[in-house]
Amino acid sequence: MNPQVETASLDSLIIRLFERIDEHNMPWLLAAAQRLRDSFGALLVDLVPSYTTLLLHYDVRALDEWQARELIEQALTDLQPLEHLSGQRHELPVWYHPSVGPDLEPLARHSGLNPNELIQRHCSRDYSVFALGFAPGFAYLGLVEPQLMAPRLATPRRRVAAGSVGIAERQTAIYPLESPGGWNLLGRTPVALFDPKYQGYSLLQPGDRVRFVAISHGEFLRLGGDDSPLEERP
Amino acid sequence: MSLRVEQTLGLAQLQDHGRFGVRHLGVTQGGALDWISAGLANHLLGNSADCPVLEIPLGGLTLRCEQDTTLALTGADLQATLDDQLLAPWCSFAVKAGQRLVFNTPLYGVRAYLAAPDGFRAPQVLGSCATVVRDRLGGLQGNGAALQAGDQLDAAARRPKPVSLPEPLRPDLRRPVQLELVPGAQIARFSGVSLFQAFNQVWRVDARADRMGVRLQGPVLHYQGEALVSEGIALGAVQVPPDGQPIILLNDRQTIGGYPRLGALSPVAVARLAQCGVGEPVRLRISSHSQARERYLHWLELIDGRNDHYPPVHRG
Repeated sequence: MNPQVETASLDSLIIRLFERIDEHNMPWLLAAAQRLRDSFGALLVDLVPSYTTLLLHYDVRALDEWQARELIEQALTDLQPLEHLSGQRHELPVWYHPSVGPDLEPLARHSGLNPNELIQRHCSRDYSVFALGFAPGFAYLGLVEPQLMAPRLATPRRRVAAGSVGIAERQTAIYPLESPGGWNLLGRTPVALFDPKYQGYSLLQPGDRVRFVAISHGEFLRLGGDDSPLEERP
Repeated sequence: MSLRVEQTLGLAQLQDHGRFGVRHLGVTQGGALDWISAGLANHLLGNSADCPVLEIPLGGLTLRCEQDTTLALTGADLQATLDDQLLAPWCSFAVKAGQRLVFNTPLYGVRAYLAAPDGFRAPQVLGSCATVVRDRLGGLQGNGAALQAGDQLDAAARRPKPVSLPEPLRPDLRRPVQLELVPGAQIARFSGVSLFQAFNQVWRVDARADRMGVRLQGPVLHYQGEALVSEGIALGAVQVPPDGQPIILLNDRQTIGGYPRLGALSPVAVARLAQCGVGEPVRLRISSHSQARERYLHWLELIDGRNDHYPPVHRG
């Protein structure tokens, strides 16, 4: 492992560990994150892991770029991947239904499956949290099996309800807040993904694993889900 | 002391330094875009630099003072008036209960900053009161709402002596704009012609500009490298989408993204860009890390410094 360190801005460096998206990157990225947090301590402003990189924002009042690069080099010498992923495993209940997942049927047809098979496949594996971004608590999960892969919508929807579960390319995700969005929507979870009152604020953290579990409409409502259908506003 | 919002266009927001230590959760940074002007407004009142201030873009805001106090005004000249008397920016000033503070249209700059003694009071959400409408975080209620008519803004009862920021210490928002850019690793993967044009031609600020980012219009830049995997995005990053027109990412940017980048504006240049209106010409200029850092530290030092030797404000 020979990480490349690149200038991102006056006070931020990109640490590049890999070139391609792969689930096996995570133990390395998380190990690097841990070491960097330890070695920078209070001089670390923010550390943003993504699929192949970490963005490290350091306190440029105290360190210049060369001092920051030196600290990174020391911290990452003889880096070893985490043996046990520190992350949690979450089972997230999802009500899969065309009224809240308008792309369920088109995506099933696109994949040559019937909707039930599609749901079963979507629920059939643990997904890794690769990165959080787009919105607070929005976790990019993957990888979905190649057969379920689907491009983003050509025109994003103006309004996607909070809790909506979608697929784009070989990733899947849940919208934590109502927002615009271009992912193919399959259903909705009643679970809140982000809350400033949560310990750690976001239910999902980089390195966690997620398994979707299909639930009925009744169960969805019992868990506090909002089943108002997704309205398309022109 | 307190102020009442009588009228607003819905753009004025509470801001401070922004949120840090939570970007790995997809939470954007937020905070005053022109952090220099915001910091100087606090400085004029003897506040610490990160006290909550009002960021007022483009005017359209009327406040009524409910108690006597001292306020400070910096940044864009929005032809603000206190009971119909013009107020110059870069000063603190005494206000009396019942007086009306009106922000009109910009004479120069885009965003004015108004500070109050020890900062406007607002709940801390994830370590900051910075308003981020899209994230539903911060502001007066903590839910990301911008100021609304009827809102009450409270601050400390302390009434510091009005002072004026000496002319040489004021950022000059009327000078032609040169934005210093710290080059990033991907800069080498743009074509030579594109790089020549990027740093030698004039860019214009596009109408598509908000707290997330500002588009520039000018020569089409060609990126010749491979497609990128999304990665963390620094403040001021100059990203180039396939249409070749750069977007400079500001405080409310998404935390990760996958477009190639020339590099990033320095924090001082970000503050300056935040005061550029639609159509305004700007130039990009390459800067070394050490030059950009020196200028950044210079402003931080000024903002954190004492103000008790400044000239008092005289009103006629």
